[in-house]
Amino acid sequence: MKYYFKTEQMSVGYQGKPLIQKIEIGLNKGEILTLIGPNGAGKSTILKSIAKQLKLIGGAVYLDKKEMAQMSGTELSQRMAVVFTEKLKTELMTCEDVVATGRYPYTGHFGILSKEDDTVIEEAMELVHVTEIRNQDFTKISDGQRQRVMLAKAICQEPEIIILDEPTSSLDVKYKLEFLSLLQELRIRKGLTVIMSIHELELAERVSDRILCVNGEYVERFGKPEDIFQAGYIKSLFGIETGSFDEENGSMELEPPKGNADIFVIAGGGSGRSTYRKLQRERKVFVTGIIYENDLDFPTARALATEVIIVRAFEPVDKGILEQAKKAIDSCSKVICCREQFGSLEIANKELLEYARQSGKAVEIAE
Amino acid sequence: MQKSRKYRYIAAFIFLGIGTLIFWALNICIGSVSITLPEILGTLTGQGNNEAVERILWDIRLPRTLAVTILGGALALAGYLLQTFFHNPIAGPFVLGISSGAKMVVALVMVFLMGRSIRVTSADMIIAAFVGAMLSMGFVLLLSRRVKGMSMLVVSGVMIGYICSAITELVVTFADDADIVNLHNWSQGSFSGMTWDNVKVMAVVVTVTFIAVFLLSKPLFAYQLGEVYAQNMGINIRLLRLFLVILSSILSACIVAFAGPISFVGIATPHLVKKLLGTVKPILMIPGCFLGGSVFCLFCDLLARTILAPTELSISTVTAIFGAPVVLWVMAKHKKERAV
Repeated sequence: MKYYFKTEQMSVGYQGKPLIQKIEIGLNKGEILTLIGPNGAGKSTILKSIAKQLKLIGGAVYLDKKEMAQMSGTELSQRMAVVFTEKLKTELMTCEDVVATGRYPYTGHFGILSKEDDTVIEEAMELVHVTEIRNQDFTKISDGQRQRVMLAKAICQEPEIIILDEPTSSLDVKYKLEFLSLLQELRIRKGLTVIMSIHELELAERVSDRILCVNGEYVERFGKPEDIFQAGYIKSLFGIETGSFDEENGSMELEPPKGNADIFVIAGGGSGRSTYRKLQRERKVFVTGIIYENDLDFPTARALATEVIIVRAFEPVDKGILEQAKKAIDSCSKVICCREQFGSLEIANKELLEYARQSGKAVEIAE
Repeated sequence: MQKSRKYRYIAAFIFLGIGTLIFWALNICIGSVSITLPEILGTLTGQGNNEAVERILWDIRLPRTLAVTILGGALALAGYLLQTFFHNPIAGPFVLGISSGAKMVVALVMVFLMGRSIRVTSADMIIAAFVGAMLSMGFVLLLSRRVKGMSMLVVSGVMIGYICSAITELVVTFADDADIVNLHNWSQGSFSGMTWDNVKVMAVVVTVTFIAVFLLSKPLFAYQLGEVYAQNMGINIRLLRLFLVILSSILSACIVAFAGPISFVGIATPHLVKKLLGTVKPILMIPGCFLGGSVFCLFCDLLARTILAPTELSISTVTAIFGAPVVLWVMAKHKKERAV
């Protein structure tokens, strides 16, 4: 068995009824696995089953070649830490007290902390920046702070593997990035293996070594992010019906307005995106061009315009495409130009603007 | 921060310790016959010369005071364990119907055995009470799976208590005249008539249980954080829950067997002690609750004996007056916190 963490034909569910079956996961030490999938697909169920909070319906889970079902409670608690969405129930406990509970598997019969324990607690608090709130009551801090305190608690446990259920959901963007960077740091410094569920797909794509797509009775896909984030897959995984998700760039667009286009947008080099989105908000249908396939504007244009007049990357604009664009302008009453000036390789768009003016269209220069 | 906390704990325990000593002295001195401290010391050291005082002290006041101390502590501890078990701040052996269940079985056994002129020993009483306590606990546990929310659980417990009390009343009504007086007093809850034999038995049972509970203080702490996290801390939750059920039932049973059902000490004391200590750590709360329960009961028993002397009030009357407001305060506080 070459993997550090492995599930074999694992089936999970409640009360003996399988929800997701025959899950096969293999992870090397220090890898980050992310579970993605729609709400209610069973991500938490999988995480809870791995953490032995739920009984497996079938199959086995191995950690470092040892079957987890054979591990004692204490052994498991020294090797695996969890942060679930369930709130920690505390009363009259400061954040430091909560972090200190992570040392529990290492303390003696009465749970008295030693000097070494104090050092570990101190370091963990430093690492996730909660030292300043150490004396505050755990119930009176924000969700984001609470999440970081919980991570500090988990770090205190000195685990080899950590299970996190939606750890970033209540963090703001600063702490989201910080949190994920911290996970990366821990995996490098301590060889920490991470299994978590996450809702931010763009972050999942960036931070994960492996991604598991949970949807329906069987796991849909398990693999590297680049294999998972293929065009159109996210839309089908989540059953997206309104709007779109661009797998290449990890960006989302809202549902485009439908109907006959009355506006032509001349754009390129990323100048058109804000105009596209403004038109989407105003429910105005538009056509846009001429855009290179590798242009910054292209993903948004493709998501929001009824038609995009495109040129293949690194190729000149040929006559046919120019004619196609002119035809499109003919059918519109208004042209919006997002380019302040045209570069020497954008002659086609410059020509389009002139054509629009000549044919008496209302021309607006976008700011 | 850590230092100041330590001082607070020490101060709290000194406070409870002194409280216990003061109430010991008061409970022994005050009564229909006043006894002075020198007389007590004289009797204890064997130099007393007043036969009557010696008898009152030795046969009545001392065993009663010790019994109140032991049972009061046990009651508060049982309340604390149940509150921890159910994650419910208004749980206690009385409101959950556990005391009443114990009372019912004890009454049945007493009437049955007395009717056949068989002497009822302390051990019989405790075993009968334990069976009753477990019976009620079983019902409460079944209900706790179905009802959500802390108040609903308590309402279920109160209902179980009513059913058990009704059955007890029925049994008492049909019992022989001679038994009735005895049973009636006891079923109202009272510390009167404690003998040294009683004190010995309860001391053994409660001490052993107390030690067992104290040894569980580490897993109890983890359990307080919620089962999900306790499990990840390596706790065998099922086993711990089983221990909690048994230990709290033994404590409740012991109290009921000797003093009958006593209300509010079990619910109120843990909250007062928590306020005093400023922590919920079991390693401190377990001894703290025990001492707190002792002080609370010594105080209430003193009032029960003296307010309307020579008539004695039922102990629950007094504990309710001081305990019920605490419960109301806890409920109000909880509502407020949830609203935030």
